[in-house]
Amino acid sequence: MTYFEFLNEHGITLLLGTVTTVKVLVCSMILYVIISLIFGLMRLSKNPIIQGTATVYIEFFRGTSLLVQLFWAYYVLPFFGISLEAFTAGVVALGLNFGAYGAEVVRAGILAVPKGQWEAAHSLNFTPAKRIKRIIIPQIFPIILPPAANLTVELLKATALVALVTVVDLTFEAKQINSITWLSAQCFGTALLIYYIMARFALVPFLRWLEVLAARKVGKEKI
Amino acid sequence: MEMGWRWDFTYEILPQMAIATFNTILAAGVGYAIALIVGLFFLLAQRTPSKIFNWVNREIVEFIRSTPLLIQLFFVYFVLPQFGITLSAWVCGMITIGLHFGTYMSEVYRGALEGVSKTQWEACRALNFSTIYTYRRIVLPQAFPIAIPGMGNYLVGIFKDTPLLSTIGVAELFHAATAVGGYNYRYLEPYTLVGIIFLTLSIPAAMWVRKLERDVNISQGKIKK
Repeated sequence: MTYFEFLNEHGITLLLGTVTTVKVLVCSMILYVIISLIFGLMRLSKNPIIQGTATVYIEFFRGTSLLVQLFWAYYVLPFFGISLEAFTAGVVALGLNFGAYGAEVVRAGILAVPKGQWEAAHSLNFTPAKRIKRIIIPQIFPIILPPAANLTVELLKATALVALVTVVDLTFEAKQINSITWLSAQCFGTALLIYYIMARFALVPFLRWLEVLAARKVGKEKI
Repeated sequence: MEMGWRWDFTYEILPQMAIATFNTILAAGVGYAIALIVGLFFLLAQRTPSKIFNWVNREIVEFIRSTPLLIQLFFVYFVLPQFGITLSAWVCGMITIGLHFGTYMSEVYRGALEGVSKTQWEACRALNFSTIYTYRRIVLPQAFPIAIPGMGNYLVGIFKDTPLLSTIGVAELFHAATAVGGYNYRYLEPYTLVGIIFLTLSIPAAMWVRKLERDVNISQGKIKK
């Protein structure tokens, strides 16, 4: 069987899997960005309870393996009466795991905003909420986007793991086709190529575009 | 099926998990050692006089870095036998982890080498040192401390990615938990234990890396005590 015939027969299945992968990626991306912003801010709170909660959360999710968290969410949570669908469990585990890493990025970004900006906002009598919302948050994006971009590419790669909790994504389909046809080189090779194309020619350009946008927004032409 | 945490079951499976933990640590250690060496090769392959060769190597590194480790594992495990090379799951896992993290490691090395100021090279040129002597006595001693935090982080990273090896049947911690859980049809205790074991091993490791980073920065005079 030539490679072309292989694509003809199984290409559609792989593409459908890719659509699921993109769905998982987009959902977990939204979740992880929200979580990182919240916990990044909590991490800098002066209130020891809020700060402690954020620290425990971050250390917990960075300290254990993503696969363990994924299996825990899918196989152990039903013991406590919470049955999540495979897709939901995957997105939640990915979002929580990457949110922990993202929170540290956000924290570093906030700390990197020059002190004068805080003082200026203070002297203009801004309320703390307004200070964060109008002065600090817009300025952290040019700082946190490059590390966040790395993290997002890692997230794309990590979405492959949801196949192990029976989400029918690209990896799952590749495995399935492999177990039917035993054309391992073709199906895993194609899957690798699709992931590569997604990362290199879709996700990374999109993130670069965001970086340029964020830099322009605060009046810097290019980083 | 009984709900809630069962301590007797926990004690029953604990010895099995302990042995499997040893395997996990072994896998992480061996994988890390391979990654350190592979990283060196990738680094050297990107610094040859031939521009095309360098470019090809960069693309290979990019490819390995932007595709999931899980599929790479499947690829090595299922495809190599098609070419008549049959390796055990352990060897496949170690090769894949070594290659995957080797690319990351080469980036760490590259960053460290570029972190050494250009004037150091110029000074060595002025003193008529040979390239090898410059690397050995001037550049590498300065680059190594810069590389330490990154190297440490990837040690923890590899440790946390070892559960993936269970998918091709390497008998490490996660594999043992799945096996025990499947046998007794109770996943609560095994998977929770895995989480706890990972936490107890990786948090001290991460703290140690952070301390190392601080020590390095102090010894380099970047921050004060």
